Amino acid sequence: MNGVEGYMYPNEITLYWSVLIVLYPYITGLVAGAFILASLERVFRVEAVKPTYRLALLTALAFLLVAPLPLVLHLGHPFRSPEMYFTPHSTSAMAMFGYVYMWYLMAVLVFEIWLDYRREIVLLSQSSTGLLRLIYKVMTLGSTNISPRSLAIDERVGWIVTLVGIPSAFLLHGYVGFIFGSIKANPWWSSPLMPVVFIFSAMVSGIAGVMLLYMAITKLRKQTIDMRCVDSIAMYMFYIFIIDFSLEMLDLVHRIYEADESFRSLDFMVHTKLYFSQIVIQICLGTILPLVLLFLTQVVKLPEIARKRIYGLSGCLALIGIFAMRWNVVIGGQLFSKSFLGYTTYKMALATKEGLFMAIALTLLPLLFLWVLIKLLPPWPEKSEHAPAIGD
Amino acid sequence: MSIFKDAGHLFRFAGLFVLAFLVFLVVRHYVVPKSFGQYGHYRGAAIGEIAQHPAKFAGHEACETCHSDVADKKKAGKHAHVNCEACHGAIFERLPVAEQPKPNLFQRAVALVVHPLPSDPPLLRHAEDPTVKPVLPDTAVLCASCHTASAAKPKGFPQVVPAEHSNGMPCETCHQPHSPGMATPVAAAGGAK
Repeated sequence: MNGVEGYMYPNEITLYWSVLIVLYPYITGLVAGAFILASLERVFRVEAVKPTYRLALLTALAFLLVAPLPLVLHLGHPFRSPEMYFTPHSTSAMAMFGYVYMWYLMAVLVFEIWLDYRREIVLLSQSSTGLLRLIYKVMTLGSTNISPRSLAIDERVGWIVTLVGIPSAFLLHGYVGFIFGSIKANPWWSSPLMPVVFIFSAMVSGIAGVMLLYMAITKLRKQTIDMRCVDSIAMYMFYIFIIDFSLEMLDLVHRIYEADESFRSLDFMVHTKLYFSQIVIQICLGTILPLVLLFLTQVVKLPEIARKRIYGLSGCLALIGIFAMRWNVVIGGQLFSKSFLGYTTYKMALATKEGLFMAIALTLLPLLFLWVLIKLLPPWPEKSEHAPAIGD
Repeated sequence: MSIFKDAGHLFRFAGLFVLAFLVFLVVRHYVVPKSFGQYGHYRGAAIGEIAQHPAKFAGHEACETCHSDVADKKKAGKHAHVNCEACHGAIFERLPVAEQPKPNLFQRAVALVVHPLPSDPPLLRHAEDPTVKPVLPDTAVLCASCHTASAAKPKGFPQVVPAEHSNGMPCETCHQPHSPGMATPVAAAGGAK
């Protein structure tokens, strides 16, 4: 049979979880990571990362809006997806995730962004014209009270929302790891470390994503990149990356030491079918190289231009590496037979509902959403050279 | 009371949540079928609807009422637990075609957009009309679907590599399907191993 080596059970020959299911944890990871970065400023008072606070929130929202799309497109009957909300089964992790998603979207992200932008929304609803004026007026919810006292209340409530948002972000992405980690029939996935690894890799990807977006957008706006901010973000990314890499290695060492009945099969897979995506892309190019580069920036006093290039390169490599990690988890877990006697192959389709073009479109769609959000709610103060930062 | 005045916008946001929740409850009331949850986490009325589907398999008892000689032979052999319809195909339709429920206009419209309606296999109403004969399978293909060698099958289960074993000859050349044993000497069958 084409693409099959050895023996596969009939239901294992074709991979049912395609590249879209790879994209799904990747996108939710970016959401969780971007939110954690925003919380650094809000909750942990890391003033240096303030220029990215609003951008991080808008990035999280743009990606969160797209996060369920890969899942919906994967369904045979996409129009049935709302039934998960209408008749949820209490023992289904997927069904419960629907509520976690709604909670995170509405009660955390949208609420926090609304509180943070309320002053600007009210001012824009008075100064803009036409359709924009109507949109801003709807966004004010009919309240134009931006007295110092009401803004102080917003600040306090926003802090609480961010505080609640941190465990929510962990829950959102921890759940994605939980889904894989709890599948006890699949030894590649079944690990209690899976949710933790997913959360930390999510933080790395989200922080790298926002850092790259900040650098790219600032360059496009012909503004100066705040190096104090980028240095701090890179430092946090480096530390979290170390934890993430350590956890992944811990998982690997544990599997090697435990060497259960699946080990030979998985070991063979890592040395053959997953060698390029796991060893070369994920570990060498996507983890070790950016870690070494970031380490250099921490111990050697490099000029600004070199630091910018290193941050840009290591951010891109980290994003590629974490995408490869999702790929290796989702696709890798379906490549071997649960009889441990055979292997199959994943051949990605091109122009189908779950093909490469759709995956590219879904990767670009959040950027389009982000562009609209930035136009609607600019994350930086107007005339940044003169005006004080919002909220100061 | 100024705290309420200055926090009024928060109550508006909360009101939006309450409104969304109420809309959700109203929509849920209309879209969730009335019989949902009657017996479990599914639509209770589905049981009755499924029972209305025309049955396609009659079971081995239906065959054995006429073919007791084959049934006796089968009981003594290794295929005692293989159902007649597993090899000969479904032989019974509970409802005549004219009485089977027809898809309504909506189902037809959905079928046009989403996928075609499943087509029924040729009706084999052999039980009612003996002139309608059940399928006589191509044993070279059918037997191989169970007896092709595979590492995952139990060691005691008879398995062969069909191409090497029979050179494409039908299995019944040497084996009796109802009680599989050697019907003719191996040499006469053309060198099967």
